[in-house]
Amino acid sequence: MDNLGNIGTTEEQIELMDVATNFCRDKSPVEKVRALIDDDLGYDPEIWREVGELGWLAIAIPEAHGGVGLSMAEVVPIAEQMGRNLMSTPFGMTTLAAQALLAGGTEAQQAAWLPKISEGMAATLALREDHGDWDLAHVDCAGTHSGDSIALAGKKQLVLWADSAELIIASVMIDDRLRFALIERSALPEGALRREEIIDETARSYELNLDGVSVPDSALLDADRGREIIEKVELAAGLIHAAEMTGGAQAVIDYTLEYLKTRKQFDKIIGSYQALKHPTVNNYVEYEKARTHLYSAAFSWGEQGRGEVAVRMAAAQAHDSYSQAADRSIQFHGGFGFTHDCDAQLHRRKAIMSGALIGDAPYQRSKLAGLLFD
Amino acid sequence: MADKPDAAELKEYSEAADAWFKENTVRDPGFMLPLTFMEVSTDEQFDFLREWQRKVYEAGYLGASWPKEYGGGGLHTDFQRAATRAMKKYDAPIMLNAIGNGWAGPLILDLGSEEQKQTYIKGMLNAEDIWCQGFSEPEHGSDLGNAQLKAVKEGDEYVLNGSKIWTSLGDRAKYMILLARTDFEAENKYKGLSFFLNPMKIDGISTSRIKKLTGEYGFVQTFFTDARISADCLFGGEGNGWSMAMKTLEYERGAKVKPVGGYFVKELDVMQIVELAKNSMRNGKPLLDDPVMRDKMTQYMIDIQALNLNNTRRRMPQLMQDKPMGLPLMNKLARTELIRELTEFSLGFQGTKAGYYVGDENAVDDGYWHRSYLNSFSATIGGGTSEIQRNIVAEHALGLPKTR
Repeated sequence: MDNLGNIGTTEEQIELMDVATNFCRDKSPVEKVRALIDDDLGYDPEIWREVGELGWLAIAIPEAHGGVGLSMAEVVPIAEQMGRNLMSTPFGMTTLAAQALLAGGTEAQQAAWLPKISEGMAATLALREDHGDWDLAHVDCAGTHSGDSIALAGKKQLVLWADSAELIIASVMIDDRLRFALIERSALPEGALRREEIIDETARSYELNLDGVSVPDSALLDADRGREIIEKVELAAGLIHAAEMTGGAQAVIDYTLEYLKTRKQFDKIIGSYQALKHPTVNNYVEYEKARTHLYSAAFSWGEQGRGEVAVRMAAAQAHDSYSQAADRSIQFHGGFGFTHDCDAQLHRRKAIMSGALIGDAPYQRSKLAGLLFD
Repeated sequence: MADKPDAAELKEYSEAADAWFKENTVRDPGFMLPLTFMEVSTDEQFDFLREWQRKVYEAGYLGASWPKEYGGGGLHTDFQRAATRAMKKYDAPIMLNAIGNGWAGPLILDLGSEEQKQTYIKGMLNAEDIWCQGFSEPEHGSDLGNAQLKAVKEGDEYVLNGSKIWTSLGDRAKYMILLARTDFEAENKYKGLSFFLNPMKIDGISTSRIKKLTGEYGFVQTFFTDARISADCLFGGEGNGWSMAMKTLEYERGAKVKPVGGYFVKELDVMQIVELAKNSMRNGKPLLDDPVMRDKMTQYMIDIQALNLNNTRRRMPQLMQDKPMGLPLMNKLARTELIRELTEFSLGFQGTKAGYYVGDENAVDDGYWHRSYLNSFSATIGGGTSEIQRNIVAEHALGLPKTR
């Protein structure tokens, strides 16, 4: 089939895979992840600083804007290892914000913001709304001209890491067109951000009330590239979340295996029972499929058509396999699996969060069907 | 191994292979071609496939990377991969001599004596000598270690008594790789086993065809009654049968690859199923308008793409660090189960026509899908059932304790 991608790697991707594997494992042991659940910020600022110093936020930003000049393919191994170690930071959102700027920012906007992001500044996107639709073009928030500025109105939801981000890029309808506004967090009125209770306790999310917020005309991304921005952001988000979920699936399978190899019942190590062994193998097979799709998606990223097919396949497969592996892990841990202390639930919650943000596996498949069959 | 080719050489070879398969591939010989070597049922199928294999070998596209001194082409494996790609591209028929070329050949090349290599390899490649496999026995299913066929040494001969079953091509083969018990007193069941390169066309060996669930014939049961073979047929030393059998299964299950070329089981062609779905109706509309069917079909596309790319990924060690045996060991399980599910799924497309079978003029695609579904079990059972495969993946890739 012509529109299916292939698989391959870049040297930089392999190098980053090694570095990220060690970094995330060392910096994000599960005790630390758990300690951060009760932390307001939700991540270790020292680690965030190191992420910036390692140049990871600069990877997919062109050299002209202070970036490394690689692509999303090289972001994948980092997101994968972050997901594997439940290392939550504004990394994913900042990367997506940079992609939005690259897709639709003016030269001046790119020059103003991309070097800062390259150096470690956090940014985020405000795309979701109360209707709960995964279609990013479905936007009710509005902007109206008022002199040289735009008055914004409406509420954005699930704005991740908004309290840390210096830049928030929000989608709004202006004159019946989908537009993107660059909002500086420091300019937000008191109370514009409300922290949300979200299923993934390792992340931080905010509702953003745009009422009373205005931005200058110059803070709008290119009017003619609204569609492009949406597509780019959606695919980049699919890829990053597929990477995180694939890493998470690996972790939760390994966590389950540890238990199956040590826990005894009826005088036998429970991992010797086929009733546990066989579904674990099934989960493992699904995980390997997810990993293959992930690298295929990274490899095919820049290809028209194929890139989208590969990313959606990766996202669908990763969401299903992560959800299923974590679900079974809770079950296989028995009574302990029902407790907050069992790490399986951290993963199960994270899988639900990813699905909520980018669209779950059936949604990805419904998009794929159109690409494959129509 | 031969040197890795430069891009220009490889390109030239690939183009020649492409042109050859384009020119020589017969897609419709006027009868149904088997999808797997286990399905070869009629004389016309057998004769056609044997001739096809000979022709491919003589053109240099089978065994291209096997050593020249034994009949191979002596080239780097990249050449063979290019030839196999050309076969796939032109939807060429399968290679007939799967046991010989896929399992016994690599085993003999890896562990056989110079004389054994000289004797057996070329005849496998040109399909002059068809091979079969005598591992399973009527009562023991996947419990190979329990093989009971007796091989008793008398002078410089072994005398064989017992029976083997599910012997693909057993009635047509010249040789069998045979697992037999030489020592009933051994300290455990595995140590009493020995492995033979056994001639089939001798007194005391007879076969009886087994009618399959498809209604066709494809396997035989093989009976050994005081069959006498030379002690030279022993392979790997007396008492080493289990280890030889396990090495063979590594090739059979795809864990180890010494690519002879071609394929013994047709690859999944998802587009064929998409076509079938597109031409099927549901409630007066194209089946692919039905959201449930679309969702399932899409999931199968995801699965097939993953398995096809797994095959590429497993050759990339940098993407395999975590559980290096995982992909090779799960390959058979994942692929054969998917074929079974997918062919079953395709029956549902056919609406009322799902009631017809091979031979009826109203059957969709001459009953191809029904036959494929029923035949798919040969691969989910043969070579170790999927249940056994899950144990293998669990124990050898994931490190879980043995099931006893």
